[in-house]
Amino acid sequence: MSDEEDIILSELDDEELVQQMHDDLYDGLKEEIEEAVNILLERGWEPYRILTEALVGGMTIVGQDFRDGILFVPEVLLAANAMKAGMSILKPLLAETGAPKMGKMVIGTVKGDIHDIGKNLVSMMMEGAGFEVVDLGINNPVEDYIEAIQKEEADILGMSALLTTTMPYMKVVIDTMKEQGIRDDYIILVGGAPLNEEFGKAIGADAYCRDAAVAVETAKTFITRRHNQAAAG
Amino acid sequence: MTTATPDPDTLTDSGLAPEGDGRLLIIACGALAREILDLRDRNGWDHMDLACLPAILHNTPDRIPDAVRSAFTRHHIRYDHIYLAYADCGTGGALDRLCEELGIEMIRGPHCYAFFDGIDRFAARDEMTAFYLTDFLVRQFDAFVWRPLGLDRHPELRDMYFGNYEKLVYLSQNEDPDLVARARTQADRLGLAFEHRPTGYGDLATTLDTWAG
Repeated sequence: MSDEEDIILSELDDEELVQQMHDDLYDGLKEEIEEAVNILLERGWEPYRILTEALVGGMTIVGQDFRDGILFVPEVLLAANAMKAGMSILKPLLAETGAPKMGKMVIGTVKGDIHDIGKNLVSMMMEGAGFEVVDLGINNPVEDYIEAIQKEEADILGMSALLTTTMPYMKVVIDTMKEQGIRDDYIILVGGAPLNEEFGKAIGADAYCRDAAVAVETAKTFITRRHNQAAAG
Repeated sequence: MTTATPDPDTLTDSGLAPEGDGRLLIIACGALAREILDLRDRNGWDHMDLACLPAILHNTPDRIPDAVRSAFTRHHIRYDHIYLAYADCGTGGALDRLCEELGIEMIRGPHCYAFFDGIDRFAARDEMTAFYLTDFLVRQFDAFVWRPLGLDRHPELRDMYFGNYEKLVYLSQNEDPDLVARARTQADRLGLAFEHRPTGYGDLATTLDTWAG
């Protein structure tokens, strides 16, 4: 999606600049994204609008093309790095400007597993969608998950695994939550390359999310449902 | 009889068609061809033929069961016995279920790293932060690791993939100083400590011995 000729970002109007940011995210151009975010801020754009229209909007296209087999993991990682750079400028400003809060998620890779690429993408996209994310990192035993969801008063627990040998640990976490009578206090989303919907159902998760975009949409759906139930109750 | 060593690029992308008139067929991952042919030659298992699936399926394990089913369908009329030289290999039990359906045996364990090392010994090591290579993967490192991860084009992504790993463990099947040197270089490229662990053929040898009868 790159153009041959040099583009001066500051000379583009707002609409062209957002379009260009989508292209630059697609191409993983970190410096260009940082520059464009600063230009939009100087033009008086609200940080939340930059986040959603320029960054999340661009990353959604990347996610769709990944799902369709047009882009592959390296390209998605480059795009994620570019989005992360833009988000790091916006993050402190979002807190100041009172961006909407969707809910809170505790997320981590399960015990015995050190793979975090997918989890990190989900964390980033969830933050981009207005969720507060507490990332526990890798190799998390059940105690860490339970302590964090309770301490953080989370709405959602997200668990990730890349290995067929570690994914059964998700059931250990869910079963422990059942034993403690707290299972239904949380929305539990699971993901990772070797998982599927059937596995998610079998272990008692609320949903299996095949990629970061699906995780965001699923989280939004469950949170909305929760709010509706609370209002009705 | 010594069977000519198949070309690793062919084993990676195309696999290997069975030759010979044996009554027993091993359907294997292309990454095991050299070792299985060596065991066959050394033990005089002339009744054993070998068919290999493309080793690059290692990078897309969800596609392995269909490829196995297709190979079984293609070959089963010609052979009295068929065995599958794959471990679970990231299929999440799908190969095990397929073998049960087809009435054939496969190698026990999660993957070749485990059965080369010895399944029980490998499990006892509990090495979560180790990245493993075998002889085949050292030879084909660029095709299996470097290029598919885009590190040839974007080396800056290296730590996103390997930042949580601590060491590269080279599980060697045969003594070859050149492969040890290459494995060490690959550890350096990945920014990992290096360990060389000679395993020989491990449980692959004992399993094939049982199957050979």
